[in-house]
Amino acid sequence: MIRIFNYIDRESPIHRLTGASKFAVLILWSIAAMTTFCTPFLVALTILGLILFSVSRIRLREVRAMLILTMAIMLLNNILIYLFAPEQGVAIYGSRDVLFTIIGRYTVTKQQLLYHANVILKYTSTIPMIILFVATTNPSEFAASLNRLGVNYRIAYAVALAMRYIPDTQNEYHDISLSQQARGIEMSKKENLFKRIAAAASIILPLILSGMDRVDVIANAMELRGFGKNKKRTWYMGRKFTPVDILCIIFGIMLVVFTTVYAMVNGSRFWNPFI
Amino acid sequence: MGEEPVISFKHFGFQYRAQAEPTLHDISFDIRKGEKILIAGPSGCGKSTIASAINGLIPFAYKGTITGSLKVLGKETRDMGIFELSHIVGTVLQDTDAQFIGMTVAEDIAFAMENDCRKTDEMHQRVSEIAKTLELDAHLKHAPGEMSGGQKQRVSVGGVMVDDVDVFLFDEPLANLDPATGRQAMELIDGIQRLTGAAVIIIEHRLEDVLHIPIDRVILMQEGRIVSDSSPDELLVSARLAEAGIREPLYLTAMKYAGVRPTEEQQPARIQTLALDVCDKALIRAWYHEAPEEEKRRTAEPFLQIRDLEFTYENGFRATKNISADIGKGEMLAVVGKNGAGKTTFAKLICGFERPQAGRMLLDGKDLLSMSIKERAEHIGYVMQDPNQMICKTMIFDEVALGLVNRGKDSEFIQEKVYQVLKVCGLYPFRNWPVSALSYGQKKRVTIASILALDPEMIILDEPTAGQDFRHYTEIMEFLRELNRSGLTVVMITHDMHLMLEYSERTVVFCDGSIIKDATGAEILTDPVTVEKAALKETSLYYLADQCGISDARSFVQRFIDHDRRVRA
Repeated sequence: MIRIFNYIDRESPIHRLTGASKFAVLILWSIAAMTTFCTPFLVALTILGLILFSVSRIRLREVRAMLILTMAIMLLNNILIYLFAPEQGVAIYGSRDVLFTIIGRYTVTKQQLLYHANVILKYTSTIPMIILFVATTNPSEFAASLNRLGVNYRIAYAVALAMRYIPDTQNEYHDISLSQQARGIEMSKKENLFKRIAAAASIILPLILSGMDRVDVIANAMELRGFGKNKKRTWYMGRKFTPVDILCIIFGIMLVVFTTVYAMVNGSRFWNPFI
Repeated sequence: MGEEPVISFKHFGFQYRAQAEPTLHDISFDIRKGEKILIAGPSGCGKSTIASAINGLIPFAYKGTITGSLKVLGKETRDMGIFELSHIVGTVLQDTDAQFIGMTVAEDIAFAMENDCRKTDEMHQRVSEIAKTLELDAHLKHAPGEMSGGQKQRVSVGGVMVDDVDVFLFDEPLANLDPATGRQAMELIDGIQRLTGAAVIIIEHRLEDVLHIPIDRVILMQEGRIVSDSSPDELLVSARLAEAGIREPLYLTAMKYAGVRPTEEQQPARIQTLALDVCDKALIRAWYHEAPEEEKRRTAEPFLQIRDLEFTYENGFRATKNISADIGKGEMLAVVGKNGAGKTTFAKLICGFERPQAGRMLLDGKDLLSMSIKERAEHIGYVMQDPNQMICKTMIFDEVALGLVNRGKDSEFIQEKVYQVLKVCGLYPFRNWPVSALSYGQKKRVTIASILALDPEMIILDEPTAGQDFRHYTEIMEFLRELNRSGLTVVMITHDMHLMLEYSERTVVFCDGSIIKDATGAEILTDPVTVEKAALKETSLYYLADQCGISDARSFVQRFIDHDRRVRA
C-alpha cells in the first residue's frame, strides 16, 4: 500500500512552528529556488533542506513513496531536456567544452552538464521542503493559522478536510482498484501503459460516488454542529505565533531578496564559471 | 400534563422538493423531557425524515413543503434556523465514521464550541471534562477513525454533549456495530439520559437490540404515517409489528410457536422483565420435546483448504495468526467476530488482494497462492461491503456486463448471461436504468449480480445485509440460499446474529486474528465463553430456554431455527 501524503505526528522544532509560517517559508523558498540558476546557492539550499529534514525527525523510509515518485519525474525531466536540447547549456553559458560525443548531435559538454546539475539541484532543494511541510503540518493547526493570517475560515477548514481525506481516499482507491482487478481489469505490469491508465480512470467514478456520499454526510454533520453560524470561529488547535515563526518568515524573504539581488548584480540568473 | 413538551408534532407533513408524493403524512406526537422514545419502521417509512425535521436539516438543508406544525421548546422550527436548533437537539448520525469532522478525538468534541467562538483554554477544559465522563481521556489525541466501534460512538456523543442539549437524537446507532458493542452503545445511551435528564429519540429498525434498555414509548411508522404510539409491552402483544414488517424479538416468536400468548402484564418487551407463569413454561417445554430432532448436517468435500495462514500488515499489525480452515463445496458459511478480528483480511487473502507471509491455500487441490487476482476471480467472487466502492458504470446492464466484456466474450453471449443473472437477482425490469436510480439495497444486488455473471464457484460477501430492514434482509438472504441450493458455495462475513443463526450451516468465529470456534450458529450463541471473547451476543432464546428449565439450550435454539425456517419458507 503506497501512501504519498501523510502528516506524521512527532515532537520536533519543525513541528512546533505554526503551519502558516511553514507554508510561507515553503512558498518563499520555492520561489527562490525556482527562479535562480546560481549553482552554489542551490547547493546551499539543498544542504540546508537536508539538515532541516533531519531536525524534523521524519525518517526517509516514511516518505519513501513520495521520494521515489519525484526522483522518477526528475529523471524524466532531465532525459527530455537532453533529448530535445543537448546544446541548451552551450546556449546559456556562451561557451562550448566538448567532453565526448555519444552520437550525431548528442554531444556531452561541460556546459550541458552544469545545466543538468542546476535542474537536479532545483528538485533536490525544493522536494525535501515540500515533503517536510506535508509531513510536519497538522492539517487542523494549518487551518487555524491560515485563518489567523486572514484566510476565510471556511476555505481554511476545507483545506484541512482535504488534507485529512487524502490518506482515506488513497486507501479507498486501493480497495476499489483491487475489486476491479478481480473483475478482469488487468492493472499489473502485464498490461501496457495506456490500458493501465484507462483502467485507473475507470476507478474514478466509484471514487467520486463514494466521495460525494461522504461530502453530503460531513456537510450535514458540520451544519448540525453549528459550522458557519458566525463570521468568525476559534480553533481548539490554535497556536500563537512565536518569535521563531517570525524569524523563519524573515529568513524566507531574505532568500528571495538574495536571488533577486544576485540576478541584478550578476546581470543574469545564471552562475557562469566558464567566463 | 403539566410540563410543556420538548418536541411537539401536530398534523405535520413533508414533501421533498424532488419527489412527487409527500414522505410524511399527518404526524402528531409529543415528546416530554426525560423520555426515551424509539421510532421504528421499515426502510423508506419516513423515520429518517422525521429525524431530519427534528434537527432542522428539514427545511434548512433539504428543501420541500411543510404542512402542519412542529414545535421545539414551544417554537416553530421553521422560524428558528438550524444553528439555534443545534443547541437544543444533538444529533448522532447513522454512519459514525463519516460524521467525524475533527482530526483528533479532542477536536471532534470541541467542534461545536469552536463554531461558537469559545476561547481556546476554555475549550481544552470542557473537552477534558467530557472526555472524563465518557472515559475517553486516554484517547484525546487519537484519530476518531482509529478507535473501536464503541469508542467512536462515545466520541460522537461527546461532540453533542458539549452543548447541554435538551434532546439527543440517534439515527440508527446500531448500524455497523458488532453485537456486543451494540449492546454497550444502548447502555451508553441509557446512561447519558440518566446523567443529563434530556429526552432521547432513537431511530432504529432493530427492535430487540434497542429494547435491551428500558424504552418509554415506541412510535411505529409505515409508509409515512404513524401506525402505533404505545409502550413497548403493548406494541409487542399487538399484531402491528408483523404488519409493518418489523421483526419481533426471537423469544416472542418462540413463545408463539409454543402456543403461549403473552399479555401486556407479563412485560414482554425485555427478556429481563418477561414474567412467564408455570403454564407458559410447560407449553414451551412441551413444544421443545415435540419438535423434530435437528436436521443432519451435510458433510461436504473440501473446496478450499487453508493451512497456517499468516499475515502482518506493513504497519506491524498481525491480522491473521496461523489460520487453518476448510470450506466445503456447496457450503453456506458465516464468518463472525468483532471489528478488527481479521475477518475482512481473511477474505482479502483468499482473493489475492493481500499476500500472506506464510501458509498454503488449495482450491480443489490447486495451489491458490500462485494465481493472480484475476485468475482467482474466475473461481471466487468477492462482494465488498459498500456497493458504491464497486460500481463503476452508470448503467445497470453495463455494470453487470463489465467482467464479461473484460474477458472478451462476444456480445450475444454477454447479453444472454447478463439478462439471466439480472432475472435471478430480481433486477431484470431495471436492466436499462441508470445505477443512480436504485436504492442502497438494490445497488447491493447489482454488485452481487456483477459477480455472479462471472460464474464463480464460490462467493464471499462482506456484510450482505448491513443497513437492510427485515423485508430486504429476508429477500437478500433467501436469494443467497437459492443460489446456494443450486451449488454455489457462499461465505458471509457478518455482525448479524440472526443471519448467522438462520442462514449458515456452519460458522467460524474470529478473535484477534485466530479462529477460536468452528461450529453451528446455535452452538456458538449458546456458548458463553465464545460469545464473550468474540464480542457476540447471546441470543435471547438462550435465556428463554434457561427460564423454562431446558438444560440443552443449543438444541432448543437449533430446533427453533429449523422450525422457523419451515414456517417462513
